[in-house]
Amino acid sequence: MSMFGGSNKKEVPGISSGSLSDIVFMLLFFFMVTTQMRETENKVQVKLPEASEVTKLERKDLSSYINIGTPIRSLQAQYGTDARIQLNDSFKTKEDIRDFVASEREAMKEGDRPLMTVCIRADQDVRMGIITDVKQELRRCSALKIMYSARKPSE
Amino acid sequence: MSKKKTPGLNTSSTADIAFLLLCYFLMTTTMGSQTGLSRRLPPIPDSKQQVEDQKINRRNIIVVRINSADKVLAGSEMIDIAFLKDKIKEFLDNPNNDPSLPEKELKDIEGYKAVPVSKGVISLQNDRGTSYSKYIAVQNELVKAVNELRDEFSMANFGKKYARLSEEEQGWVKKAVPQNISEAEPKDVNASTR
Repeated sequence: MSMFGGSNKKEVPGISSGSLSDIVFMLLFFFMVTTQMRETENKVQVKLPEASEVTKLERKDLSSYINIGTPIRSLQAQYGTDARIQLNDSFKTKEDIRDFVASEREAMKEGDRPLMTVCIRADQDVRMGIITDVKQELRRCSALKIMYSARKPSE
Repeated sequence: MSKKKTPGLNTSSTADIAFLLLCYFLMTTTMGSQTGLSRRLPPIPDSKQQVEDQKINRRNIIVVRINSADKVLAGSEMIDIAFLKDKIKEFLDNPNNDPSLPEKELKDIEGYKAVPVSKGVISLQNDRGTSYSKYIAVQNELVKAVNELRDEFSMANFGKKYARLSEEEQGWVKKAVPQNISEAEPKDVNASTR
């Protein structure tokens, strides 16, 4: 057996796993930089409509979200299937938008306030009536920069 | 004093710790950037200011209506959404200086030259029963029409597509081909400007 000078006797050196943690840390930093915290839990079902001419939202930290849609299935027994407005973490009526915008504005830096964008994330099946109400309410509290959330159609 | 070597720290578990952290961030954060159609709402008009509301010439305005059955009306005729873009482009561009289409005004753009700028305004009206997806589809067609006109303008003047222009040039093109889409007051039949 020891035809080649007994070289089989030598042990195979173990693979060094010292750099494994470095690699994982690099991955970790990548994700920490490119993602942002999920701020609220969705209580309404939102399937965004498609639009090919969408633009990116430049400053995510300056935007607040208004979700509009039917409540998710587990909440339908309690809230019905009518389209509802969700602000932060709870269902609200359109009268609450004023307070919501005021508090969002309060949380921003003085100089950033005029740049505040309100993102309307509405389900594609809701009717325009509720959205018109929201828009009117936003105009009343002069949050005029809005964005209709939409997604790029997948080819 | 002691000749004893300190044993090396066992580092094999740092990878596990890092993995745990990684999983945590993967679960709690979202990637995908938010995209959408940006709009500026008109401010609520003052009660006294309303009287001298800017008079817009009939020819300078096109009304796009969507009714509760999601049918689209552009100008005075019903139109399929597939043709809406071309209709809007023709309206805004007015290549033959048709007197029934919007007039153009020679406007001096700062840092650039004077170019004829269309005074056309698109007024978008909708019913409370219109579906949101149709509304966004129509908005999308309107934006597409403006974007294509901007592309054509930059091709003719700079020889490049709009997206490839520098920021300064994009600003000029934006002024030369403005995006005047007005979302009308819900109950008011009169369209507001801007």
